[in-house]
Amino acid sequence: MQKEKYKKLVDKNTPKENVGINALKAFLIGGVMGIIGQVLIDLYTNLFDISTKDAAPFMIITLILIASILTAFGVFDKIVSWANCGLIVPITGFAHAMTSAAMEYRKEGLILGIGANIFKLTGSVILYGVVSAYVFGLIRFLFFGG
Amino acid sequence: MIYFNSFLICGLICMIGQLILDNTKLTPGHITALFVVIGAALDTFNIYDKIVLWAGGGAMVPITSFGHLLIHGALAGAKEFGVSGLLLGMFNLTASGITSAIIIAFFLSLIFKPRS
Repeated sequence: MQKEKYKKLVDKNTPKENVGINALKAFLIGGVMGIIGQVLIDLYTNLFDISTKDAAPFMIITLILIASILTAFGVFDKIVSWANCGLIVPITGFAHAMTSAAMEYRKEGLILGIGANIFKLTGSVILYGVVSAYVFGLIRFLFFGG
Repeated sequence: MIYFNSFLICGLICMIGQLILDNTKLTPGHITALFVVIGAALDTFNIYDKIVLWAGGGAMVPITSFGHLLIHGALAGAKEFGVSGLLLGMFNLTASGITSAIIIAFFLSLIFKPRS
């Protein structure tokens, strides 16, 4: 079968996902994640008597911990495939990617398995985050005075 | 009010991610990397700072805040040591997130087996 014909056939038989509903779902779930983040920040601000700025890292650690544990139990994969970007774009997606990579390559050993592959999915986030922060930081420092 | 702003901003960022995911061939990996770069880029002109002030936690939860924290760590280092300080301060603010993710992922992978 020719390539184009085959592509048409694949396109026809791929279930069409409703883009509008997916976007709404991502908006609602993402929004709830945002509220949870703010609630946690308020909680830690009052609980530990620290500033909002200092409470943010604790909030991020909490979300990473919850997402990682849910990933380890195999629950998070199911929620993510339903919620999509509502949970991938928040920091929970970062934790999920790292934990699932570590778990998946565990059987290949501690060095060549976990060690070599723990950053398999999150490496790009750190790499391009650092490179862009360096370039943009340099621009801001040199031209906008830091 | 801050809760409403949080909902709006975090929801909006996630929705943009979803629209990119559904309408292009980019994978979730592309989108998270792209959003980190966007977060850092917006802070070149002090824009993400304003979003954080307005939306609080709602702006800190999405991965864009990772870029925002990276560039601010670098800039804080630059303020102290000049241009080379960009290298010294880069991970200062994100260290907690990256370190906790690594440690948690490592120990969980020792204990749990993947179920697929």
